[in-house]
Amino acid sequence: MTGAIDPFVLNLTVFVLAIFIGYHVVWNVTPALHTPLMAVTNAISGIIIVGAMLAAGPVKLDIGTALGLIAVTLAAVNVFGGFLVTQRMLDMFKKKNK
Amino acid sequence: MSANTVALAYLTAAVLFILALKGLSSPVSARRGNLLGMVGMAIAMLTTLTVTHNVTYILFAIAAGGAIGAVIARRIQMTAMPELVAAMHSLVGLAAVLVAMAAFNNPVAYGIGEVLHASNRIELFIGTFVGAITFTGSIIAFGKLSGKLGSKPLRFAGQHWLNLLLAILMIAFGIAFFIMQSWTPFLIMTALAMLIGVLLIMPIGGADMPVVISMLNSYSGWAAAGIGFTLNNNMLIIAGSLVGSSGAILSYIMCKAMNRSFFNVILGGFGGEAAAADEGDGTQKTYRSGSADDAAFLMGNADSVIIVPGYGLAVARAQHAINEMSKVLTEKGVKVRYAIHPVAGRMPGHMNVLLAEAEVPYEQVVEMDEINNEFSDTDVVLVIGANDVVNPAAKNDKSSPIYGMPILEAHKARTVLVVKRSMATGYAGLDNDLFYMDKTMMVFGDAKKVIEDVIKSLA
Repeated sequence: MTGAIDPFVLNLTVFVLAIFIGYHVVWNVTPALHTPLMAVTNAISGIIIVGAMLAAGPVKLDIGTALGLIAVTLAAVNVFGGFLVTQRMLDMFKKKNK
Repeated sequence: MSANTVALAYLTAAVLFILALKGLSSPVSARRGNLLGMVGMAIAMLTTLTVTHNVTYILFAIAAGGAIGAVIARRIQMTAMPELVAAMHSLVGLAAVLVAMAAFNNPVAYGIGEVLHASNRIELFIGTFVGAITFTGSIIAFGKLSGKLGSKPLRFAGQHWLNLLLAILMIAFGIAFFIMQSWTPFLIMTALAMLIGVLLIMPIGGADMPVVISMLNSYSGWAAAGIGFTLNNNMLIIAGSLVGSSGAILSYIMCKAMNRSFFNVILGGFGGEAAAADEGDGTQKTYRSGSADDAAFLMGNADSVIIVPGYGLAVARAQHAINEMSKVLTEKGVKVRYAIHPVAGRMPGHMNVLLAEAEVPYEQVVEMDEINNEFSDTDVVLVIGANDVVNPAAKNDKSSPIYGMPILEAHKARTVLVVKRSMATGYAGLDNDLFYMDKTMMVFGDAKKVIEDVIKSLA
């Protein structure tokens, strides 16, 4: 039992715990809101934009940064489209709550 | 910003994403939850901007993609939500593939080091092939949902063997990539994964799309998590896992609602396949049909009415009409509710959104498990645009292909009204005994037209 922990093991720890959180949180989502759930998870999976920004980030512009910028554009569609369409749907559920 | 500050900001974002999903436990808290999700995303993006160069280019790319997303979000029809969601899954899949390529091209930029370690290469392989399958699979799902590809399943002999062969080849090239660390096996592996994505979704019929779309939702999350492993980025892992488990749970719920196993759906089942309708005993079964006026009379004099909407309602664009009708009935003192089967729409929860768009109060909209006990106490059930989800054969007939599927027990009500275009069968291609019961009255015609006539007659 010596030596540093491989980052992979730390990642795996976070991964497993996050799945448990996801499992419990999602089972609590009311079935009436399953479509907004899918839309908002679309937006959240747009988090890949962070990876894309890092790919587009190096000073030297090359094929990698170009791919990164394309990925940023694609993921931005998800981030903005996902959150906004979710908001639009949730507003419909609110209207008649008056 | 120091690496620690960045990591803490990412942690904040991850917590906000969890709260965004938690908010969806009720329509009241959902809007705030969505707002928290947006804040989380803003924190994540702004933090990342402080550690990258080329900020102008990146902002330009965000603005371009964001503008497209915003316009689509504003314009999209609620009936087209499944297509939109499928299209978005494909974007995430492609983005994951591109990011993986960029990481392979220049590992230093991600702080991975000069060379890719063994674990990095495995993570890169997994992130790429999941992303590639999500990308092309979602495009096919999009094509089927939007009607551009036809929803008929495409099947051919040896399909499963071909898929297996391709999967083995893909893994073989993945191993080659692992050893050689060169572009050729990486690109071949990616191309094979894309082909698998196409072949996996092509054989699945239109009726199974709720499962497929949930499954691809899940994949898009795992793809993001896979990239998180490569980049050692915990926020990506957390966000990806949340999405991945959400999609997996929705797939499970949809499979259960159709009484199908997940593998049965994926390996191709009866979706869209016109099963030779049941032979019957040769005798012509009789049914009773009536007019919109008759339907209006029955509902107007009832104490309670349960409306069972199916996707046919949305196809006929009758959601607003049905809400008008409910209002008129409510004013007359009739208790009106809507009973929603989990697969009433084209994706999980789709019918709820379609009704919400038509301003149906959500208190009137009840899920299957909650309302099934109440049908026997109900005067009139109005089945509109639905068929298989009210087929009593699912409960009574062990030989029926849909035996065991949970249904809305409309047949227990005192009177059943069925609005339909004709006596044609539903997706499963099955005859429905509900239509031939003594207490059932068929009202033939376009759903919207019939409901409008009912409203006129009630007035």
